[in-house]
Amino acid sequence: MSASPDKTGAFRIKGVGRHTPARTARFTFDGKSYTALEGDTVASALLAHGVHLLGRSFKYHRPRGILTAGPEEPNALLDVSRDSARRQPNVRATVQEVFDGAKIASQNRWPSLSFDVGAFNDVLSPFFAAGFYYKTFMWPREAWAKLYEPIIRRAAGLGEAPKEEDPDHYANRFAHCDVLIAGAGIAGLTAALSAASTGQTVFLVDEQPEVGGALHFDTSTMIDGQNGYDWAQDAAARLKAMPNVTVLNRTTVFGYYNHGFLGLAERVTDHVVRPAKDLPRERLWQVRAKKVVLATGAIERHMVFANNDRPGIMLASAARSFLNHHGVSVGHNVGVYTAHDSAYEAAFDLHRAGVTIAAIVDCRADPGEAVVAQARALGVDVLTGHSVTDTSGRLRISSMTVVRNGGGNARKIKVDALIVSAGWTPSVHLFSQSRGKLRFDEANQRFLPDIYAQNCISVGACNGTDDIADLVDEAIAAGGGSAVVSAENRFEWTGGMIGAAEGAGPDTVVKAFVDFQHDVTAKDIRLAVREGMHSIEHIKRFTTNGMASDQGKLSNMHGLAIAAEMLGRPIPQVGLTTFRAPYTPVTYGTLIAHSRAELFDPTRKTPMHALEAAAGAEFEDVGNWKRAWYFPKRGEDMHVAVNRECRTVRDIGGVFDASTLGKIEVVGPDAAQFLNLLYTNAWDTLKPGKCRYGIMTREDGFIYDDGVVGRLAEDRFHVTTTTGGAPRVLHHMEDYLQTEFPHLKVWLTSTTEQWAVIAVQGPKAREIIQPFVEGVDLSNEAFPHMSVAECTVTGVPARLFRVSFTGELGFEVNVPADFGAAVWKAIWERAEGLGACLYGTESMHVLRAEKGYLIVGQDTDGTVTPDDAGYGWAVSKKKTDFVGIRGLKRPDLVREGRKQLVGLLTRDPGDVLEEGAQIVADPNQPKPMTMLGHVTSSYWSENCDRSIAIALVAGGRAKAGETLYVPMSDRTIAVEVTDMVFFDKEGGRIHG
Amino acid sequence: MLLIHCPYCEEDRSELEFRWAGEAHIARPENISAITDEEFAEYFFLRNNEKGLTYERWRHIHGCGRFFNAARDTVSDRFLMTYKAGLARQPVPTAEEAAAIIEDKTVETWEAVEGDAR
Amino acid sequence: MRKYSVFAIAREAMRAHKGWDAQWISPEPRSSYDVIIIGAGGHGLGAAYYLAKEHGITNIAVIEKGWLGGGNTGRNTTIIRSNYLYEESMDIYEHSLKLWEGLSQDLNYNVMYSPRGVMMLSHNTHDMQSFKRHINANRLYGIDNEWLTPEQARAFCPPLDIAKTARYPINGAALQRRGGTARHDAVAWGYARAASDRGVHIIQNCEVTGIRRGPNGEVQGVETSKGFIGARKIGVSAAGHSSVVMEMAGVRVPLHSNPLQALVSEPLKPIFPCVVMSNTVHAYISQSDKGELVIGAGTDQYNSYSQTGGLQIITHTLDAICELFPIFRRVKMMRQWGGITDNTPDRSPIQGVTPVPGLFVNCGWGTGGFKATPGSANLFAHLIAKGEPHRLAAGLNLDRFRTGRLIDEAAAAAVAH
Repeated sequence: MSASPDKTGAFRIKGVGRHTPARTARFTFDGKSYTALEGDTVASALLAHGVHLLGRSFKYHRPRGILTAGPEEPNALLDVSRDSARRQPNVRATVQEVFDGAKIASQNRWPSLSFDVGAFNDVLSPFFAAGFYYKTFMWPREAWAKLYEPIIRRAAGLGEAPKEEDPDHYANRFAHCDVLIAGAGIAGLTAALSAASTGQTVFLVDEQPEVGGALHFDTSTMIDGQNGYDWAQDAAARLKAMPNVTVLNRTTVFGYYNHGFLGLAERVTDHVVRPAKDLPRERLWQVRAKKVVLATGAIERHMVFANNDRPGIMLASAARSFLNHHGVSVGHNVGVYTAHDSAYEAAFDLHRAGVTIAAIVDCRADPGEAVVAQARALGVDVLTGHSVTDTSGRLRISSMTVVRNGGGNARKIKVDALIVSAGWTPSVHLFSQSRGKLRFDEANQRFLPDIYAQNCISVGACNGTDDIADLVDEAIAAGGGSAVVSAENRFEWTGGMIGAAEGAGPDTVVKAFVDFQHDVTAKDIRLAVREGMHSIEHIKRFTTNGMASDQGKLSNMHGLAIAAEMLGRPIPQVGLTTFRAPYTPVTYGTLIAHSRAELFDPTRKTPMHALEAAAGAEFEDVGNWKRAWYFPKRGEDMHVAVNRECRTVRDIGGVFDASTLGKIEVVGPDAAQFLNLLYTNAWDTLKPGKCRYGIMTREDGFIYDDGVVGRLAEDRFHVTTTTGGAPRVLHHMEDYLQTEFPHLKVWLTSTTEQWAVIAVQGPKAREIIQPFVEGVDLSNEAFPHMSVAECTVTGVPARLFRVSFTGELGFEVNVPADFGAAVWKAIWERAEGLGACLYGTESMHVLRAEKGYLIVGQDTDGTVTPDDAGYGWAVSKKKTDFVGIRGLKRPDLVREGRKQLVGLLTRDPGDVLEEGAQIVADPNQPKPMTMLGHVTSSYWSENCDRSIAIALVAGGRAKAGETLYVPMSDRTIAVEVTDMVFFDKEGGRIHG
Repeated sequence: MLLIHCPYCEEDRSELEFRWAGEAHIARPENISAITDEEFAEYFFLRNNEKGLTYERWRHIHGCGRFFNAARDTVSDRFLMTYKAGLARQPVPTAEEAAAIIEDKTVETWEAVEGDAR
Repeated sequence: MRKYSVFAIAREAMRAHKGWDAQWISPEPRSSYDVIIIGAGGHGLGAAYYLAKEHGITNIAVIEKGWLGGGNTGRNTTIIRSNYLYEESMDIYEHSLKLWEGLSQDLNYNVMYSPRGVMMLSHNTHDMQSFKRHINANRLYGIDNEWLTPEQARAFCPPLDIAKTARYPINGAALQRRGGTARHDAVAWGYARAASDRGVHIIQNCEVTGIRRGPNGEVQGVETSKGFIGARKIGVSAAGHSSVVMEMAGVRVPLHSNPLQALVSEPLKPIFPCVVMSNTVHAYISQSDKGELVIGAGTDQYNSYSQTGGLQIITHTLDAICELFPIFRRVKMMRQWGGITDNTPDRSPIQGVTPVPGLFVNCGWGTGGFKATPGSANLFAHLIAKGEPHRLAAGLNLDRFRTGRLIDEAAAAAVAH
């Protein structure tokens, strides 16, 4: 072969390959510029220029090249970027398609790929045997985290993580289909043609840019009288034209989950020069398939022998792909080392393309007769019963050492590439993910699908079906329909081996790599066994074999065989490590898709949100809600604003958005009886038009939720819950209603979002709302505290509650949500004119604390009974049943000394305690101190002109008047235990 | 993600629509206020947590809102059947019936199984 | 036992590492032992080790149905911390943390305990109140835990996004500097080696199928796939399978077994210096020594022993991770898996005597089992040896579900482990 002047690379072979010679792309690799053909992978493009050295290994930093031509690649992981933010580490050169302008760099080397200081590790490798780090770095004690670990961490890892936020976007689609077919090789395409003929909806999914699978490299298979690859493209075109078929290229079925649920990752723009802005970079497909056909093929294995990792050594099928698909020769003088017939065909193709085949070294004494005959006919030297026992060459293989099996003189044969094959491993990853059980095919030394756990079927090479006619029949049957496909191939393949080859056996100390990326050698696996690791999982974890980013696609079977040999046990008894999703790594962005920023989690806003924002509100997150926190005026900080709001509410009045309170409509003839069962209080005594504060416990007797319940009619209650509690309270109610008390005639409806709730509180509350209200007499006599009425407010149908969470005269105006903003506007205009204020949740908290009203979830935490909270009066003594009645009587819930809610006053009125601060009796005791409880709520109270606090304190109520202590990190604060009411102790203000 | 047959909607729907609601067929004691501490602990806390066939409750919370019962294998996560709340614990399908379920991938409801039996 | 050291490695390097002994032996079981421990995870192996080391009991078998360390010991995200709220929890987790600090030296096995700091993010007022309650309780107990401002949090963990415009902005964080990670497999192997060296029998691939009881109800031994093995004391430490094993002795325990999912990324150069947890957005993350981002995801909602779970759990967690660390959106998930957690109603463990004489239980560790390994093992050994719990584990008894004296970390804090 003469050197080609082709600018797309000296190893490009004219007339071979499927790319269009005129369509080129330029890219850089480690700063040097190269020209490629469109359709090249980064690997084929670099190989075309004779570049084999692409990376450094994980542990020993050994020079590494390209081992495969597909997604199973363990070595050639590169850093690929479009621009600084669109930089992707750990990209497989054998998958990434070249695009014009790509900037590509090697990883895990310093200062350069060809001279890497880390390669000194290779010299020290005798020390770095498997698991060495468990045996050292233990002295002195602190040195592991401070000294050794940082060094190890810097040396480990592969690519550099992105440093900028990803500007690309990703998409997500859900789909259902009758049949999903994973893999579009001969088997997958045939199954798809068959399934499609029945009219079923079919998804045909393949990870490569074009369909064809093994036909990318296999040029000797003829189908329906055509070259196999061309047949595949025709078949795909026919399928794409059918309305019931979806063909997805560049799409990996990465996960096979429960009940026919599959995860697919589609690469949309990574190969495109200038992607349209509206295109996602990748797309996640979540598909529920009634049936799955697995046509995932097989993966070729490398040979395990000394120094089998030099750049220039690659799988025979990979070399064949580079040649037949990309038109690139992997060398000028190529050696072959094989245990399987398939490598011969690679040699034939290379030979036909004008490449010198230095020799075919076959470790078997009796390879397939047909291939050997063909090789001899072509004049290629075949050495059966020989093995390659070593290689040389620093950054690229330069020779192989060949020895007759069982001994004899070694001879060195010069090569510039060595293609290898130990046979084929069926890709049973997805089958195993679906929880199918494998069996070991002793004759062919491989694991095959045996017992299916889901409605799926494996066809073709992944099912161990080697004969092409059988494969086609199997695929047609799996598709459930009919298709006529007649395929034949030139040679029948035999052979294959797993484990270490000649010269790398247990008595040797050579570096024969099993797992390339993690630098696991055959002797590492043997060491693991020697150290007592007898389970394949132990061996994997001890050596890290199969734990790299390729997840052992090439290494697992070899590792298993070496371990089995050491253990003297048959392979199935040693077992297989578990196959886990994903099949190949999946970008986080793809899995996230649209779930970002505001779409990460829904934001709930009240109908008045915009008006509050316009009024300058700061908001806080409460569950999904954004709630107005406080309304600072110009120059006010939070403290000043809250003080003003609190004072104004008590002096004049305030308007507050209470829409987030949960609301449940409880309706039906048995509604009161139902509430009797669900709340600790009694409800049958509540008259229509009245409200009552209710406490809900679960069966365990601890406070679960609380809220005011209004009885609108005999058979209708308006229940309110805490802001966060509404969904779980409704769920809890439904549970009892549907399953424990189904005889009760009650209907429950969530109305949280139906009502906008405007709380108007303060001495002028009545004056503020009076002009807007029609249909109810607001006087104290006619409408006292804890009343409810249906009426209109500003002409809008409303439910008006006379309730107070401030201890002031107060109303809560419920209007349909759509009218919330208008009614709020009207009320606020009048309130503002009267000198009232808007107030937010912070002031609401302070005002209620001044009155000792509790907040479930802040003052209680799921371990507090109604009595602990000082609400024992809310537990009916007369009822014979309610949820919690038994739980409340348990020994620990009735014992003396339980934590109870009390008030705390700091000795210095200016001291505001920290919420969460712990309380002790003796601040001078040694640690661990005995803690009596903690501060649940604490505020500066402008109305009391001092700090106030609520706390849970062991035996708290009996400690009234006592001095306790709150030890902080810098000082200890003395506090006096009091009752919980700090303002208007007589409670007169609430009655207006 | 599980695929669950709601016996009320009579539809196979994604797990996202459902909420698991614990072991099935645990009735609240009629005389709950009179039971002992041990009996209360048993009722409120103790669950079978079977490895294998389990009877459990689900709620179609983002669908019809109904609670219902299911028989599921906790090792394979395969549903053997679902049936309406209030029905007594149902016998699981025989091996052949279960195999048929696996075969045609439909999750049978109690009603359907019962119908076949008749 | 041949001591591990850099000198031993150097010697072995000269002879191709052919002189190393098996780290533990795999003997055939004797007909009976003084103590049988069911479950050869970190807790069970550790208990055997401490029984031998601190209580002089060496005639012990640890029986494992699979391979040692193959349950939750080998399937977790390796987070260690002790900043719990209740005294009962602080007692055991701090006891554990103190043992972690010297574990490599004690076992002569590098378990890679790395106190790189565990930081819990606070997103709202409720988080802040809860975290400060923890911090104050921890300080008065003697456990380190400190409050950080958002800026301090980012200084501690540079990839963290503290923008106020985030969907759930961060308003601070609680940091336990002594918290961190360890190498999970090494913990199981280190205990196995040290226990084996003291004469403990580790019987792998041996499934317990029954617990034999005597005329007075006392335990007499276990039926196994390798035949009957006698013992007067049996400790059950079978994590997600505790319900199944306890049922063999007729003891019901209040447990739910749920798959807890986790995932790792492809290996990356060091980018993430500590452990970060966020309960509000449901995520925790650290970076392993190999360079993988190790991410703990949620629990599937249903009881299951399947060790797999739904994709939606993983995606939801990644949503959260990338909200906190937007630079990770281009990183790739390499592997996902599930472990079976055994969860109690109050999310605190059970360790104590049972109604069956001679039967002791250690279970219900939920998602907190790994960090508790040395402490739990140490106190479980005490329980088995003395027949009554150690002071530090006294509150973890089964009886609390009768009395109502729960240790409700979940209710109190709503902070995941």
